[in-house]
Amino acid sequence: MSLDKPLTRNVREDRIPTDFSAYITNGGYQALQQTIGKYTPADCLQIIKDSNLRGRGGAGFPTGMKWSFVPMENVSPGHKYLICNADEMEPGTFKDRLIMECDPHQLIEGMILSAYTIQADVAYIFIRSEYLLAQKLLKQAIADCYEKGYLGKNIQGSDYSLDMYVHVSAGRYICGEETALINSLEGKRANPRAKPPFPQVSGLWGRPTIVNNVETLCNISHIIERGADWFKSLSLTDDSGTKLYGVSGRVKNPGCWELPMGTPIREIIMGYAGGMEDGYQLRGFLPGGGSTDFLTEEHLDLAMDYETIGKAGSRMGTGTMIILDDKTCPVGFIKNLVDFFAQESCGFCTPCRDGLPWSGQVLEDIEQGRGTNEDIATLERQAKFIGAIGNTHCALAPGAMEPLISGLKYFREDFEQYVGGSHDSSNDSNQPNASTTGGLS
Amino acid sequence: MHMNETQLIPMLSDIELDEINAEIAHAPYPQAVAIDALKIVQAHRGWISDESLNAIARHLNMSPAELDGIATFYNLIFRRPVGERVILLCNSVTCWIKGYEQLQQQISERLGVSLGETTKDNQYTFLPVTCLGACDKAPVMMVGDDLYENITSETVTQIFRTQQEIDA
Ligand SMILES: Cc1cc2nc3c(=O)[nH]c(=O)nc-3n(C[C@H](O)[C@H](O)[C@H](O)COP(=O)(O)O)c2cc1C
Ligand code: SF4
Ligand code: FES
Repeated sequence: MSLDKPLTRNVREDRIPTDFSAYITNGGYQALQQTIGKYTPADCLQIIKDSNLRGRGGAGFPTGMKWSFVPMENVSPGHKYLICNADEMEPGTFKDRLIMECDPHQLIEGMILSAYTIQADVAYIFIRSEYLLAQKLLKQAIADCYEKGYLGKNIQGSDYSLDMYVHVSAGRYICGEETALINSLEGKRANPRAKPPFPQVSGLWGRPTIVNNVETLCNISHIIERGADWFKSLSLTDDSGTKLYGVSGRVKNPGCWELPMGTPIREIIMGYAGGMEDGYQLRGFLPGGGSTDFLTEEHLDLAMDYETIGKAGSRMGTGTMIILDDKTCPVGFIKNLVDFFAQESCGFCTPCRDGLPWSGQVLEDIEQGRGTNEDIATLERQAKFIGAIGNTHCALAPGAMEPLISGLKYFREDFEQYVGGSHDSSNDSNQPNASTTGGLS
Repeated sequence: MHMNETQLIPMLSDIELDEINAEIAHAPYPQAVAIDALKIVQAHRGWISDESLNAIARHLNMSPAELDGIATFYNLIFRRPVGERVILLCNSVTCWIKGYEQLQQQISERLGVSLGETTKDNQYTFLPVTCLGACDKAPVMMVGDDLYENITSETVTQIFRTQQEIDA
């Protein structure tokens, strides 16, 4: 049980889930016992603000500040809601699954303390349909908590009450966008809502609502138990805490590790992930899921945190990196992502609904050898137009353009080779007729 | 000449009703559980037929057209029949790098179906799915409720035995 890795201290090597009694043995629910009815919600909020915790769902918004917008006094009668965003559908992202499958009670305790801080009386876990094991474990964990009096009426004899439910999604990436998620939870099509009003004031069923990512919420009980200074001391840089980093693609040891915030990228890819598979070279990588800009070899010594990666022209996003190797075609890689976003567009606004399939078609033309220089110019125009924040109703479309814009910058010669008729795809390891030994090894 | 409406709209079973009503119990109004209700009925019947849709809409006091608008929005509500088990093969970026296209071809050939189709014996429906959140184990797929990780062409041959192989 180590204090420098709070999020994964109950994640066992064999991945056997930590159940209620094991969680208690390892010190679980102490934060809850020490807090509810003993500290005021305002005290808790102050600790979270002081900790500088930033949201782990992708945008990195300061959690304490987000919570401070929830009305606390003279609130009109009715519910307040806390929602855990466990949709995790961003391509290349596999971190929330790990915590939920290995340590479900950590999430529940974090949620109870978060709900207490904003004085929410109902909490939901919005989880994607395919996470069957996590659903089962979380439902069991909630049942355990009702039985022990950590959920339900008058928690620990205090005047604080909280109900918690699991909602299983019916599958659509846009449900991860927080206002679309709220619409989906209301039983509707998952179109994002206009902001303002912000969910903190008017969210689920028009009531004050906070939506946070799984990893964000898991941090809460540790911060409340050990304090803001401890949380800051975990990090190597100004962004505090630890982070679940992941690497997937052609590396020797793909996986997910909890490391100090600000760990150098080289250490993650070349150390923890074991470096590239034999016979493959690194060409580039998306630092935090499918909607972040490419970085390349020259960025390997940067610290993985929100500030540094932002300054390098990308986003840390979810912190789970996707590796582009030298035997995978960058145009195909980008096309795969653009097709994903085109399919998952909610259809509400034109640049996204019509622009993304168009970009996908142009990429297809280029890949099939039908492309011209004019097509590359078209992609550039589209990327600027669709990628500009404010031209679309939500962040899906700008996110979709990030790999394309940066790909046109770093891998332009690949696009030009296709257009010029000199592209050689016989080396691509993932094509059904691959001539190299890669593919399904 | 009115037909008896209940003949056109088959009833929801008692179990289905119990499960849906348990959701309604903590919702502000019945329509709020539309997605839960679709999932509950799909879990019992495999897919959502027009008849099922009408029955749910009626129970939730909403129009079938509105419910259909919701049902068709979501990838995992099936408005067409599916086989005993649904194969969800991840086609997102890491799985694509690690050989999605080869696996897709191989599965299609073994089962004699393209993506979106159901096998003649109604055993399997073959669908692509977006990133399954298991990219460190790519390529991956789900068959029914089971997740298969690091799949290879051998995995595919083992899981999907051809009739000849079973007979042999
Ligand atoms: C298209 C889209 C998809 C998103 N998907 C997710 C998701 O699956 N999980 C998540 O936590 N946040 C996702 N987000 C971010 C959420 O909108 C929201 O910012 C986040 O849940 C807030 O939590 P945090 O402050 O704890 O990071 C997505 C955003 C967009 C625009
Ligand atoms: S940007 Fe795309 S996903 Fe977002 S609201 Fe517009 S159409 Fe929907
Ligand atoms: S890309 Fe296939 S599981 Fe993530």
